[in-house]
Amino acid sequence: MLEKAIQGSSRYWVWILFLLSLIGAGVIAYIYQFQNGLGVTGMSRDVSWGLYIGQFTFLVGVAASGVMVVLPYYLHHYKKFARLTILGEFLAIAAVVMCMLFIFVDMGQPLRVLNVLLHPTPNSVMFYDMCVLAGYLILNLIVGWTVLGAERKDVPPPKWVKPVIYLSIAWAPSIHTVTAFLYAGLPGRHFWLSAIMAARFLASAFAGGPALLILLCLIVRKYTKFDPGKEAIQAIGKIVTYCMLINVFFLGLEFFTAFYSGIPGHKHSFIYLYTGLHGHSQLVPVMWISSILAAVAIVLLIFPQLRKNEGILAVACASTFLSLWIDKGFGLVIGGFIPNPMERITEYWPTFPETVISIAVWAVGFLVLTILYKIAVSIKEEVVYDKYGEKQIQS
Amino acid sequence: MDRREFIKIAGISSIFGLGGLTAFGTLKGKLEASQTGPSQNPQALKAKRWAMVIDTTKFKTAEDFQRCIDACHKAHNVPHITDNIKHEVKWMWTDTYEHVFPGVEDEYLAEKVKELPMIVLCNHCDNPACVRVCPTKATFKRKSDGIVMMDMHRCIGCRFCMAACPYGARSFNYKDPRPYIKEEDINHEFPTRMKGVVEKCTFCYERLVKGLMPACVEASNGALIFGDLEDPNSEVRKILSERHSFRRRPELGTRPSVYYLF
Amino acid sequence: MYNGGKIIIGLIIFIGIIALPFVFSGKSASVKPEPKLDTPEILKLPENERKCVESKEYMIREHMKMLNQWRDWVVRDGLTIYTSSSGKQYTMSLQNTCMKCHSNKSKFCDECHNYTAVKPYCWDCHIKPKEKEL
Repeated sequence: MLEKAIQGSSRYWVWILFLLSLIGAGVIAYIYQFQNGLGVTGMSRDVSWGLYIGQFTFLVGVAASGVMVVLPYYLHHYKKFARLTILGEFLAIAAVVMCMLFIFVDMGQPLRVLNVLLHPTPNSVMFYDMCVLAGYLILNLIVGWTVLGAERKDVPPPKWVKPVIYLSIAWAPSIHTVTAFLYAGLPGRHFWLSAIMAARFLASAFAGGPALLILLCLIVRKYTKFDPGKEAIQAIGKIVTYCMLINVFFLGLEFFTAFYSGIPGHKHSFIYLYTGLHGHSQLVPVMWISSILAAVAIVLLIFPQLRKNEGILAVACASTFLSLWIDKGFGLVIGGFIPNPMERITEYWPTFPETVISIAVWAVGFLVLTILYKIAVSIKEEVVYDKYGEKQIQS
Repeated sequence: MDRREFIKIAGISSIFGLGGLTAFGTLKGKLEASQTGPSQNPQALKAKRWAMVIDTTKFKTAEDFQRCIDACHKAHNVPHITDNIKHEVKWMWTDTYEHVFPGVEDEYLAEKVKELPMIVLCNHCDNPACVRVCPTKATFKRKSDGIVMMDMHRCIGCRFCMAACPYGARSFNYKDPRPYIKEEDINHEFPTRMKGVVEKCTFCYERLVKGLMPACVEASNGALIFGDLEDPNSEVRKILSERHSFRRRPELGTRPSVYYLF
Repeated sequence: MYNGGKIIIGLIIFIGIIALPFVFSGKSASVKPEPKLDTPEILKLPENERKCVESKEYMIREHMKMLNQWRDWVVRDGLTIYTSSSGKQYTMSLQNTCMKCHSNKSKFCDECHNYTAVKPYCWDCHIKPKEKEL
């Protein structure tokens, strides 16, 4: 099926070349970082995790969100998602690849990464993180490839795929819960020490991931003949709406606990992020942009008349995605380190090499996504009718 | 015999031949090494749980603090990074009372108490969060003496331990430390570290095993007391039974082994 | 030949790429390594005491494994004395035991390592002994 990825229009190849050039720049920047150490980033003794781990945290959510289309279809036979599941699974694969790359570029001694497997440490959450991410990647690859291959040959998928799919449905929340546990189990960081950390992660994942999936579906419909289905997109839109509301509600819960209890240690990180602390306020505009984007997204999503309009839905999804990208991919991680355990503040901002490397990792993810989507779309264009006899191609 | 059989026989005999040679060599090596083994240095200081008591009243001048810090940093080739404070590496340093003991919010506390400098270092906790999170056991609590150790060969530089430590005791080598170690200060008996690994105070395990007290304790002129917390007759236990002592953030359950006397 | 031109050009490029490592390694890959044992510290010892921790054959084959084991014993178990197969006792330390006798890293360690193109990163942390200009 891979041969479908090397046949394309000139527009397709321009896009691929653009991604490859971003990746090339990233490789050069990474060699620079590898030779000089992580000091070329903006991280410090106090803020020891930065953009890389923030992006990893956000993308784990996007990866888990594949389950939001897989679960309704395979467990509850929601027929409208039949054409979409492959797009959700392939998005999950691309996101997991990005997660693993972000971890790799963040390590101080990346060539020793196999030490995690050579010296397994069951009490360390990071050990489990490596295992569940690798497992999820393998599961989605197996499921996606098998089901797509079966559709191409116009036969039902083999029976053994079903239990593997059920396993992947159970596995998806686990990758996100384990990542949340990285933060929620640390005794010294009050900003992260919250029982609802995993729940917050899941809510933002199931809002942000499907939001991206909607945007991708609209792009696929515009540039190829494949049509994921208007009703399917609307159904995902409802999922994004509810999950975004829950996500903002959870954030409100955190604010309440911090400020109604009045405990200084609990309040300080929030004060730093949203109003500035002791004269340090670099992240304040960033966090308020995230909040405004979230408000705009909710207003556009909550009213069905607005949501039904696919143009407005696209704006709402972009707004959701960006808001959560800032909140989870930046604010959450940096906020935990400021103030530091001795109540001192060292601010953080990514440097140029750090940004180039991050963009390159996103480009790798989009390259994987493009290739996989090209294969899926080409096959669906060939097969024309989905398993329920409905035409999945626009005439 | 036909070609297929010939290839089968040739393949199996070469596997056995090479395997046999390897096995013989390994066995010979193991036989040579079987009489050998590790043992404890008889001069080593022994303890079930090393601990330190910091008598803050005995630190009077800035020089008192600097002497301890310099002894530590010089003995362990700790780099002195001044061009970017974000990348600083410190095993032992000073900070003021209100920063060492955050959570002691009191606007009417005397300024001179708030600003009182005290020495801070890794607390070698009995229930260390950093050990709990390390994915490779590169940092671990030694069973023999309770020291929270670092294995620089295994550290992958993930910095999870730095996020977990509630005391900010750990430093990461954001760049090669060697250019920041003065040539005349190098201790040739101890290695440096390379970029990409985390480091911290290790209670001078290399000195304890030779029967010496930690470098900072020796340089402190009695302001730092070091001993076995599980030996009821040790100096640290005596002091702790006589004077009121504090530990940093004990409510977090890490059970630190560094005590402060005021 | 079908597509003969492309095949021959491809073959030339392939041979060129394969030959690059041989070109770059130059002479160092063909000269037999001769690690020198004539450091001042070794020469100070009487002839019959010039023995390493273990036999030469064992050390050549197993020195890296032995150093790894030493490290785990010293760092993880707190044991610093090693009883060798000859019964003699040594302190387990690369910098303070091995390199005290073999103080000529460039004429000893590097000889074989350069020949086999091995670049151990020991020396990023472990301080090289100062080599006396003989």
